[in-house]
Amino acid sequence: MIKGVIVKKSDLPFFLIFVFLILLLPVVSGSSYTLTVGIFCGINAMVAIGLCILMGYAGQVSLGQAGFYGIGAYVSSILSLHFGIPVVISIILAMMVAAIAAVILAVPALRLKGHYLAVATLGFGEIIFIILNEWGPGGPSGFGDIPHFSLLGYVINSTTGYYYLIWGSVAAVMLFSINLINSRTGRALRAIHDSELACNAMGLNVVALKLKVFILSAVYASLAGSLYAHYITFVSPSSFSLFYSILLLMMVIVGGITNLWGAIIGAVVITVLPELLRKFQEFDVLVYGLILTLTLMFFRKGLVPILIEKMKKFSGGAVANH
Amino acid sequence: MLIIKNIWKSFGGLMALRNISLEVKQGEIKALIGPNGAGKTTLLNIISGIFQPDKGEVFFRDAGLVSLSSAKIARMGMSRTFQHVELFGNMTVIENIMVGRYLKTKAGFFSSGFRLPYVVREEKEVLHRSEEILEYINLAGRKDETASNLPIGEQRILEIGRALATEPQLVLLDEPAAGLNIKETRDLGEIIRKIRNDLKITIVLVEHDMDLVMRISDSITVLNFGEVIADGSPLEVQKNPEVIVAYLGEEEEIQAGYHADT
Amino acid sequence: MLTVFLQFLFSGLTVGAVYALVGIGFNIVYNATSIINLAQGEFVVIGGLMMWFFSESLNLPFFLSAGLAIVSAGFIGFLMERLTIKPLKNPDLLLMIMITIAVSIVLRGVLMFGFGKEPYVYPSFTEGEPISIYGAIIQQQALWVIGITGFCIILLFFFFKRTIIGKAMLACSVNTTAAKLVGINVSKMVMLSFILSAVVGAIGGMAITPISLMEYDKGPMLAVKGFCAAIMGGLGSNRGAVLGGFIIGILESMTAGYLHSGMKDAVALVILLLILFFRPAGIFVSKTMMQLRKF
Repeated sequence: MIKGVIVKKSDLPFFLIFVFLILLLPVVSGSSYTLTVGIFCGINAMVAIGLCILMGYAGQVSLGQAGFYGIGAYVSSILSLHFGIPVVISIILAMMVAAIAAVILAVPALRLKGHYLAVATLGFGEIIFIILNEWGPGGPSGFGDIPHFSLLGYVINSTTGYYYLIWGSVAAVMLFSINLINSRTGRALRAIHDSELACNAMGLNVVALKLKVFILSAVYASLAGSLYAHYITFVSPSSFSLFYSILLLMMVIVGGITNLWGAIIGAVVITVLPELLRKFQEFDVLVYGLILTLTLMFFRKGLVPILIEKMKKFSGGAVANH
Repeated sequence: MLIIKNIWKSFGGLMALRNISLEVKQGEIKALIGPNGAGKTTLLNIISGIFQPDKGEVFFRDAGLVSLSSAKIARMGMSRTFQHVELFGNMTVIENIMVGRYLKTKAGFFSSGFRLPYVVREEKEVLHRSEEILEYINLAGRKDETASNLPIGEQRILEIGRALATEPQLVLLDEPAAGLNIKETRDLGEIIRKIRNDLKITIVLVEHDMDLVMRISDSITVLNFGEVIADGSPLEVQKNPEVIVAYLGEEEEIQAGYHADT
Repeated sequence: MLTVFLQFLFSGLTVGAVYALVGIGFNIVYNATSIINLAQGEFVVIGGLMMWFFSESLNLPFFLSAGLAIVSAGFIGFLMERLTIKPLKNPDLLLMIMITIAVSIVLRGVLMFGFGKEPYVYPSFTEGEPISIYGAIIQQQALWVIGITGFCIILLFFFFKRTIIGKAMLACSVNTTAAKLVGINVSKMVMLSFILSAVVGAIGGMAITPISLMEYDKGPMLAVKGFCAAIMGGLGSNRGAVLGGFIIGILESMTAGYLHSGMKDAVALVILLLILFFRPAGIFVSKTMMQLRKF
């Protein structure tokens, strides 16, 4: 059956529900505002999925994802705007730049553990921010006129169009990621998380694996950044600061670090929250902080794993577990 | 199969191993025994590449091992278990074995992500082989349980199963009987012998359980304070006065009960 | 030439003193708990803003304001420890990192709520003409910063090396079980370490505000630079943190002065990365120490 080939049978129901929900939104509420929020949920979800694989499966920490996100946005914009390179090619080139940056960071950084790794990635993210702030076109004010996304002559310039483009990309990224998690690589990553010692004894090249996951998460972030740039057609360094890296961390943790779907749920929750709290303008940082703290203390596992546990208790039956 | 020559190892001021030499023949079950602190696990760690010795050589099938990483050594056909069980606790029993199959598979990031046909086939094979291994070690009934939930006896056997999944020529077992009751230890002994007889795998066994050691080993090396004090068949070692002194002090002898079952 | 150089040198020493204090704050908590408290920078901000609140908004006399500001900071350190650190049993590393980050966000949120986003300032501790050394102008407050920092360092030195409580605190992270067995109340020591590190950070904030003003969001950058100072000398070594802090401050000041002011934040970051990548044990640390430390 074709379906068994594209993704494992047990994941299929969830994936179909996911696709269904995506398609549902524009039907239920076609308003530009809802779709725009939806687009940002999607963009954040893409970065969050990469971070989730890095943190939840491979057990590494990164406080610098905003850096790769920024690289994706800036490189793709500059290539397409100033060098006239087709958008799709620019996006791919940006992913390659992000991959290279990931290697430069990861090769020395992966020798570090815990706090040191966290701070190293934080430092990296900040350095990218400073570079963009000082030497990016337009400096701190950023620049605009970035070409819209276009493929083979067909340009996307409607909100609905971008909604489908971005969520379509998230779906593709999700498929890829689910397959990866269910493969020998996914098992290897989870094994590394549990016992690096045993992994070495089984002949796994732990360093190479960690490096590849880092690159993967960087590439996802870069893709998201590029799509963001071509959607908004304007970028400025402030979108790529440490605060965004921390926000991403929150998304993954709130959603549940051990579950890919958690990354999407977490992204949606964290993206929608400020919209709901719009009236509490001065409180927003505080509310974020409280939510994060409370989640960490009482819902450490995250929304999705806790939901799955509750469902398991009810049905006592097989619910797909990643 | 395995030749250890003049290994010296110290940690800071502490001399852990002094001039250790021993040989493990192909297809034999070699036990490494000695009082606590004698240096057995250290030696095992040096063989498997976790530590580097200060001086000396280790040859595995004529290839030098010193200065190679443990992953590299594993790829050469050696695998092991650990004194404190190092299972992948959060993964299921079958998944633990499947990780052991990693070396024998090829799917990379891209191929796995796009779920290419050869990856699907490879996955089916990995699952199949892993199930076979579970059958072989009698843990098939626990297939989908979380590894850390298993009783210690089964965890140790699972760890051995995982070590088998790499299709090694040599397996190092580090105190596999620790924490096991009599029945579990007997089962363990059976499995170790089965592995050697069926699969022709050479085994190096570090153990404290003398009953197990005397029953299944072909040859024994005794360490004390980082030195080899005896090397020979179980019968020879049992009678060796230095060994007796090392374990029990000056006055006593090993109980007559430990006669090697040949 | 010399004038300009000395000018940068002194401004570097001044700001470096604050980094040193933040680094020491990291060390205090680390030495007692093996936790790295990423909210450390917020205490500096709290120190400065609370000092403003007491002295300018409530118009209380100087020493009273200072005392109250220190007490406030200590109290917040206490709250942080009791509410978020103590309840956790067997936290894994990731959780600890995230919780300290979360707390720093909450603190920042509260500060933003209470003080808004504008910068705050209050008068220097002493009125008077700036001092001139070979033409370089040094404000009196800068001398206060350096002086107070030096004083704190000496006090802490005696505290950790000569008092029972100080030694007990150090014992807690080296071997918690042993510490408990000899009767040390580990839980109290942990609490004390948080309070102490908050106080140290706050003192730095209080001293530097008259010179560089204080805003609600200066915390994270201070934390990063202070952490950099701490690991430069080897995490846990206060001597190292002091040296590290001053070195970072001076390099930053020189970069801003001679090269490009936008890059000054990058200096600490680049140093941080270089150290983490090549000498995580610290650059003043001997080879054997390097092998013995675990990362």
